[in-house]
Amino acid sequence: MKLYCLSGHPTLPCNVLKFKSTTIMLDCGLDTTSVLNFLPLPLVHSPRLSKLPGWISKDGTINLEKELKDCAGRVFVDSQPEFCLPERELLDLSTIDVILISNYHCMMALPYITEHTGFTGTVYATEPTLQIGRLLMEEVVNFMERVPKAQSATCWKNKEIQRMLPGPLKDAVDVWTWKRCYSMQEVNSALSKVQLVGYSQKVELFGAVQVSPLSSGYSLGSSNWIIQSHHEKVSYVSGSSLLTTHPQPMDQSSLKNSDVLILTGLTQMPTANPDGMLGEFCSNLAMTIRAGGNVLVPCYSSGVIYDLLECLYQFIESASLGTTPFYFISPVANSSLEFSQIFAEWLCHNKQTKVYLPEPPFPHAELIQTNKLKHYPSIHGDFSSEFRQPCVVFTGHPSLRFGDVVHFMELWGKSSLNTIIFTEPDFSYLDALAPYQPLAMKCVYCPIDTRLNFHQVSKLLKEVQPLHVVCPEQYTQPPLTQSHRSDLMLELQPPPMPYRRCSVLNLPFRRRYERVYILPEVSEQVVHFPL
Amino acid sequence: NMPEINVTPLGAGQDVGRSCILVSIGGKNIMLDCGMHMGYNDDRRFPDFSYITQNGRLTDFLDCVIISHFHLDHCGALPYMSEMVGYDGPIYMTHPTKAICPILLEDFRKITVDKKGETNFFTSQMIKDCMKKVVPLNLHQTVQVDDELEIKAYYAGHVLGAAMVHIKVGSESVVYTVSVNKYAKSHISAWIDKCRPDILISESTYATTIRDSKRCRERDFLKKVHETIERGGKVLIPVFALGRAQELCILLETFWERMNLKAPIYFSTGLTEKANHYYKLFITWTNQKIRKTFVQRNMFEFKHIKAFDRSYADNPGPMVVFATPGMLHAGQSLQIFKKWAGNEKNMVIMPGYCVQGTIGHKILNGQRKLEMEGRATLDVKLQVEYMSFSAHADAKGIMQLIRMAEPRNMLLVHGEAVKMEFLKGKIEQEFSIDCYMPANGETATVTTNPSVPVDISLNLLKREMALGGPLPDPKKPRTMHGTLIMKENSLKLVSSEQALKELGLNEHQLRFTCRVQLQDPHSDPDTLHRIYTHLKSVLKGYTIQHLPDGTVMVESIVIKVSSSAEDTNAKVLLLSWSYQGGEYFFTALCIVKRLMYQ
Repeated sequence: MKLYCLSGHPTLPCNVLKFKSTTIMLDCGLDTTSVLNFLPLPLVHSPRLSKLPGWISKDGTINLEKELKDCAGRVFVDSQPEFCLPERELLDLSTIDVILISNYHCMMALPYITEHTGFTGTVYATEPTLQIGRLLMEEVVNFMERVPKAQSATCWKNKEIQRMLPGPLKDAVDVWTWKRCYSMQEVNSALSKVQLVGYSQKVELFGAVQVSPLSSGYSLGSSNWIIQSHHEKVSYVSGSSLLTTHPQPMDQSSLKNSDVLILTGLTQMPTANPDGMLGEFCSNLAMTIRAGGNVLVPCYSSGVIYDLLECLYQFIESASLGTTPFYFISPVANSSLEFSQIFAEWLCHNKQTKVYLPEPPFPHAELIQTNKLKHYPSIHGDFSSEFRQPCVVFTGHPSLRFGDVVHFMELWGKSSLNTIIFTEPDFSYLDALAPYQPLAMKCVYCPIDTRLNFHQVSKLLKEVQPLHVVCPEQYTQPPLTQSHRSDLMLELQPPPMPYRRCSVLNLPFRRRYERVYILPEVSEQVVHFPL
Repeated sequence: NMPEINVTPLGAGQDVGRSCILVSIGGKNIMLDCGMHMGYNDDRRFPDFSYITQNGRLTDFLDCVIISHFHLDHCGALPYMSEMVGYDGPIYMTHPTKAICPILLEDFRKITVDKKGETNFFTSQMIKDCMKKVVPLNLHQTVQVDDELEIKAYYAGHVLGAAMVHIKVGSESVVYTVSVNKYAKSHISAWIDKCRPDILISESTYATTIRDSKRCRERDFLKKVHETIERGGKVLIPVFALGRAQELCILLETFWERMNLKAPIYFSTGLTEKANHYYKLFITWTNQKIRKTFVQRNMFEFKHIKAFDRSYADNPGPMVVFATPGMLHAGQSLQIFKKWAGNEKNMVIMPGYCVQGTIGHKILNGQRKLEMEGRATLDVKLQVEYMSFSAHADAKGIMQLIRMAEPRNMLLVHGEAVKMEFLKGKIEQEFSIDCYMPANGETATVTTNPSVPVDISLNLLKREMALGGPLPDPKKPRTMHGTLIMKENSLKLVSSEQALKELGLNEHQLRFTCRVQLQDPHSDPDTLHRIYTHLKSVLKGYTIQHLPDGTVMVESIVIKVSSSAEDTNAKVLLLSWSYQGGEYFFTALCIVKRLMYQ
């Protein structure tokens, strides 16, 4: 039994498990942090961004004026932003039998795998994962296609040239695997290969292996997976949460008795308490509005935003923000809000009870009905005529490199009355802001990451007692910036087996028995000899 | 003795209404549905639970109760069973059923107690307490009721939240399906898989009907409504609040829009808005077309369909009214019917099955004079139309289901005996499987013949696989040798060496010997050498050794030569072989004999 590790990003994993002659891909995460190296894509012509000086090396020998631009003291690539794909050379991806998806954030690389590798297998995901995953892909495609950029920069990727570039471009890894965004056609084709599954459904793969998704408590329809035969059991734990937010609680007990537990998707903010962050989010928001400023919240269009809106629903009246307009701008804003209301089976108990009444499970329905929350597909059209300030705007993309958020950065960045509040943990906020410097607008960093922290995960592992744990190498040492915090790493006996991008691990398995069946005709003839 | 599965209907055995079927499988007892009968107002309204036990609660006798959908003939006796007879175990139903079931039960209770004044009926509190015992089921989720009993729900598409259930204990299984809508396949989730249950229990309400296409029926329905409206008549459509009613509303709404019609359409029950809300929140349980467009336009927000007030019934001019209940046995639909029955311009369209004893059943059978309470008679002059829109399984749907699931036996419930008989014949003829149709209180027994699961040692498996050459031939059966160990209810198949080791037993060798007398002038070593070279040339592919101790070995067969002291020509061939060597011993012996007699 072998594990091929195709992604080095601990929360956007992509691993391949070979088990009993089946080849199973676990998640298909797309590392989007690569886009931070690119210039933002403005929705309307930006004189500032269009007049940036091109980059020429100090000695003048390398001239990449067209591809690289100097912006606010950093060098950025001037082309359509590109994503870092999972490794494609480590094994023949056309041999993959199935892909198991754990949540909608971990499937964004799917079209690259299913459409361009000769893949002929099946993808398994829950219905909310498929529907919301589709929305997130649609959103990214829309963001990119709305601002077409003819130029595709490739010269800077040349190894010899990249070596000469200033940081962080110089240190970017695997730049040759970076790819432009896929098209909607590729998305549709990829998603047509998805077979829907429900929690605790047992799916037989070729009669050799049984896979089963379990609720992981992190997002709508998010799952961990059990991959087992009659005598061996592998648990795959991806983004999981023990906090009470909107999804169904995590199923922990089914992870018991695993021979191997593959652990990915822990919190990226181990020192930030989600509840505390939520409080800070609300108070900063209220303070800015009271002072007459606008609030910009760069976010994904599904996930934590549901919790933010629910929190605001309770907060608005007490903070006398009743008249402040809240805007949610995304090509999929309406769909995301509507979809969230129809997945009763996948919600926590409290929300299920509401559906029985029947009432919509999320209070954002009421915010929309009372006109407190308005949603628009983009800043163009109705929004431009209806928009009032001061206001609160939720919009994407959280990297600040594309989407409507770019426009608000240009619009509000110069005033110190306004505030940008970061809630998504996927991008370093300083890097995200880099091309907009110098900024007068206030920046507040309240990353909300509900995934398991090290304390929770060690407790969980003590309870479910796997024989072996496999995890990204990042979890086996404290974070670089907090090297004294030995509590921010996994300490286990036996020690976990670490992996990094391109690792191939031999999983410690001793298979001794296999299940067979004796036909009734034969079993009738069996004569017993008692010993 | 062979394991068996017993199925006993307490209701719906050769009858329509009060579905309640007991299944005993692998030592587990399961109750499928717990419904009421619309045609009775006495004890026969509920299934006869005294069959399970004469005294005391049912909890000890049942492992679980499963409700297939929210229609009262499938769940109407639930609070009576759990709270008045007594059952505290788990009750499984899907989320939409769990949401809607208590509302219909409360409605049923109100009509029975508040309007008809019956006592000794379940209370609102009992409905609440009963619902607390409900465990919601998700589609395709495998629910482990206990260590051995597992159940799995499939989409059935009959009404919102309707499910088929697969019940499994070990390798024995039963599938129960209420009303399979063959359109269920258009739903995004897969239909039932080829699960080959020991018994498929199916409803057979429309066993003899093979209905024409849905589109034809819809067109026919719209035509009839339109004609009546055009001549200034009123159309009454008795429906149940939830289910087919919503689909018919969508149909009329789009027709009105397209034809630009102005006649009012009313929906009588206060449940309308609530019902539509349920449909909206549980949209993943509706058909694909509705799901696909729900973000752009919610199909359940109607422009033309308004809430009905009882005073509207006397308004002049044409109108269409949806009124509950669906069989004209009580309530608002019956009141409106009485008002409109005298006018031949009007029409009543019965969109579903009507149980015997109800007015719906009577007028469908052509009765034109109805006896009402207080010895009044009612002349029925309006037109009576029947449209089988009800999503109960019809013959075609059932046959399709059998093809999909490939059951070993079939069992029919919830249908009239005569119609069942017809379908039974058809099934037995087409699929050559046994088909049962037990009456209430009668038990159908099916013996099962399960395979026995065994854990085989991987070493043994690999060794035996290697014997068959590099690639196993799946078309050719092969014998394999091993020892079957039965220990604490588990079976292991291991090599005999491993078995001896594990059980701490000594190995005993069993050898057979044989003496063959023959004449040969050569010396003993020469004879042996001749035998050796000959065997070697004839038996290719066998291990043949000439050992220094003066023996020849062919695999495990030992061959020695000795001659008697008196006659050196008279040789004795000693052969000895272990019992495993028996197969090729005779080959070797024949070769040697042939050589010597040459």
